[in-house]
Amino acid sequence: MRLCVDKLSVSRGGRLVLDRLSFSLFAGQALVVTGPNGAGKSTLLRALAGLLPRAGGGVALEGGAPEAELAQQAHYLAHSDGMKSALTVEENLDFWSRYLAQAPDRRSRSVDDALGVVGLGHVAAAPFGVLSAGQKRRAALARLLVAFRPLWLLDEPLTALDRASREKFAVAMRDHCALGGLIVAATHEPLGLEEASTLALGGAS
Amino acid sequence: MTSPLAALFLREWRVARRIGGSGAMGVVFFLTLVAIVPFAVGPDPNLLARVGPAILWIAALLATLLCLDRLFQADAEDGSLDLFHLAETPLELAVLIKCAAHWAATGLPLVVAAPFLGLMLQQETMALLGVVATLLVGTPALTLIGAIGAAATVTVRRGGLLMALLVLPLTIPVLIFGVSAAQAASGGTVPFYAPFAILCAITLAALALCPFAAAAALRYLGE
Repeated sequence: MRLCVDKLSVSRGGRLVLDRLSFSLFAGQALVVTGPNGAGKSTLLRALAGLLPRAGGGVALEGGAPEAELAQQAHYLAHSDGMKSALTVEENLDFWSRYLAQAPDRRSRSVDDALGVVGLGHVAAAPFGVLSAGQKRRAALARLLVAFRPLWLLDEPLTALDRASREKFAVAMRDHCALGGLIVAATHEPLGLEEASTLALGGAS
Repeated sequence: MTSPLAALFLREWRVARRIGGSGAMGVVFFLTLVAIVPFAVGPDPNLLARVGPAILWIAALLATLLCLDRLFQADAEDGSLDLFHLAETPLELAVLIKCAAHWAATGLPLVVAAPFLGLMLQQETMALLGVVATLLVGTPALTLIGAIGAAATVTVRRGGLLMALLVLPLTIPVLIFGVSAAQAASGGTVPFYAPFAILCAITLAALALCPFAAAAALRYLGE
């Protein structure tokens, strides 16, 4: 499986934020996108997920599931968690596991299992709204585990996480790469993936 | 209950029924609106019996709109809407399921409450049945048409008022045929089934068209 980004251009508000960006990523690899604020890190991830229109160029996931679009094989995690405060953590994750994983995949983890990985097993029955910021983030990370999708698009995944949770998540990311997954993460902080390559986006141009 | 659509329905239903959801709010608003009408128009039984179906319909329309403005906005704020774009389930189908769950949680209680409130407005048995039947058929159309407005105002902060301005003119046909069928049920020169059949047709047309319009608005505004 290979993620090919070919001369990708994206403009926002009339300004060309990404100008003919090209890179490729093979299964099992991680890419860390760095750059100052406004360099286009979030724009790149949203464009990869198909949430922003592309001004030019193409994005393809070669060797993935046939007939599936790239967006349907990708997890997108941004600043918002995608969880309902009124529902419990378990109900939220159960919903996303059913909604995002259409076909059963043995690489998908059960909700209990995923909550154990991020260390939230004890608050599974608590409403999502009462969790702390770091716990909410960990619940959002658990969403990546309950439905296996090969490509992870992570926008500042480590926000509000303590050191122990970062290490747990680094292990989860390594496991994902070992299963043949791909990770594109935009971050200012070290992810804990030594083997990850880096893509530095330039300053505001 | 393992399919993605069933999971989405269950989630929307739970959110609407939990504390802070729109389920109970709509019924209470409906009750309040109907209860204040006799204070405004006076307690004359004949007058109340004549305007009753219209009052019930207007109150149901406003109660439906009141609950609808957060239909997509809540999902846009917590990031769920982005994830809906990434799912294999088409956005149109997700919109339809969200509308169905929303109607079951907020529209259906209005239909159930209507006959009890109708008694306060001096409605006879046939008129009560007429109001319940027309609301049962007509409120799904209100929810579906309102979903277009909710989708079009998804990025507008406090977009509820703007949504009402956009949606109210579109609901006029539903209101006209709903009220005329409800009034025809208790007598009059018009047969009941003629406006009722048109009301059914409007709901079916809304069912076919509105999910596409709302999903198109969400796609366009999501960019």
